[in-house]
Amino acid sequence: MRKVAVIGVGCTPFGEKWETSFRNLFVDAGARALEDAGISGEQIDELFVGNMSAGRFVEQEHIGALIADYAGLATKHVPSTRVEAACSSGGLAFRQAVTAVASGNADIVVAAGVEKMTDVGTGATVDTLAGAADREWEGFPGATFPGLYAMIARDYMHRFGLTREQLAMVAVKNHRNGAKNPNAQFQKEITIDTVMQSSLVADPLRLFDCSPITDGAAAVIVAPLERAREFTDTPVQVLSSAQASDTIALHDRRDISTLDATVAAGNRAFQLARCERKDIDMIEVHDCFTIAEICAIEDLGFCSKGDAGRLTEEGYTALDGTLPVNPSGGLKACGHPVGATGIKQVYEIVTQLRGEASGRQVDGEIGMAHNVGGTGATVVCSILGVI
Amino acid sequence: MSVARFWRKQPQRYNLIGTRCETCGTAFFPPRSFCPECRRDGRIVEHTFAGTGKVVTFTVIRTASEAFELLTPYVLAIVELDEGARLTSQIVCSPDEVFIGMPVRNVFRKLGSDGESGPLYYGTKFIPAL
Repeated sequence: MRKVAVIGVGCTPFGEKWETSFRNLFVDAGARALEDAGISGEQIDELFVGNMSAGRFVEQEHIGALIADYAGLATKHVPSTRVEAACSSGGLAFRQAVTAVASGNADIVVAAGVEKMTDVGTGATVDTLAGAADREWEGFPGATFPGLYAMIARDYMHRFGLTREQLAMVAVKNHRNGAKNPNAQFQKEITIDTVMQSSLVADPLRLFDCSPITDGAAAVIVAPLERAREFTDTPVQVLSSAQASDTIALHDRRDISTLDATVAAGNRAFQLARCERKDIDMIEVHDCFTIAEICAIEDLGFCSKGDAGRLTEEGYTALDGTLPVNPSGGLKACGHPVGATGIKQVYEIVTQLRGEASGRQVDGEIGMAHNVGGTGATVVCSILGVI
Repeated sequence: MSVARFWRKQPQRYNLIGTRCETCGTAFFPPRSFCPECRRDGRIVEHTFAGTGKVVTFTVIRTASEAFELLTPYVLAIVELDEGARLTSQIVCSPDEVFIGMPVRNVFRKLGSDGESGPLYYGTKFIPAL
């Protein structure tokens, strides 16, 4: 297998983008990535587009072709594939692109993610997102997506003594980071009181425990490592990109508060990258809800089960802590355009490793991205490092 | 959410009829045709659950999808049946009443309707069995 590098990245500002269309969101992110890599569209061999639910959010299917068309690549007949794994669609598109280059099947490949979620009402969005879980046996009796994570939070707090305040501190920390990110949907710091006084969505989770509904797109371009310096002076190597599955329904899990797919994908990613937990300088984890970040830190093996709340409280995961978690602001502050998030995480790690993250810059040489689909039925973990 | 159309025909929607693997003894609800442990060595047979169990974890849904908006707030839980299988279901009780470990039993209830004039659909909920 060939070694793979990221040679260009692009990301739109995230937020409520009523003034722009689904396709223009992608074109914006894609153009930024091409410009960053200094290549023209004609050099692209293949596209993978992460998208969860354009069919329901904007009533458009056939996303692979649409994106190729508006990227100006349809008449060049460049292959373009939509990749769907709920909220891990972006991470999975990245893994597909890396695999295509590693296998020698293609040289210059775009991995993109795009979602436009604000064109339908909240009730319809809640219903669409519930499709990331088991529609027949979770959605039918009334489970919402925040509701499923709330049941993880309830189980976790009951067993490990995590406090409501510690949970709020995850949101406070991520908003503090997001305030330094010009692409974030919320660039404003919040306090524990902001979280504690926000409305209940699904007990014990409140509005400020939840990532928002967001429009956005991100794109990264990967190429064989041996060719990377043709395009950029600051290539970032993809040390590994690993994926794992688990049961679609939360009720079928071995342990409600452990995402076994995170454990499996994390272990595979470390093994393939031949590095250890202590080698990781920063990590973007999938904090769709505050409890998800707590579980992710533990399930990836950065601390023992039950310790992540205390470590968050002690500043271990802050921007200036031992292990900065979600320097971008995470899904919580950046927003969570479901299909785009996994690519935005890779965008952030690459930006960090190149030393281009300005006010939120973390020093380091190896970073990790952790992208979860559903309540943990698909997980993709990717490790990247400077060369 | 037009769920009623084919789901109305499923017996499992109205009764806790699942399956059990005779090879390893694991019970499944909803029914599975393959045992994840024994795979094709597993002998899968139909199993009717007694309908009693306990709450493993729960939440109170305050913001619901369109189909359930009028029902909020409602208690949603993961219930572990006495035979071992777990499922997600509403608990018909006050949000203040529910707790982890609460014994429950199944009841037959209306779950929703397909629009204002469409068919009603029914299914399993649980009530406290204290």
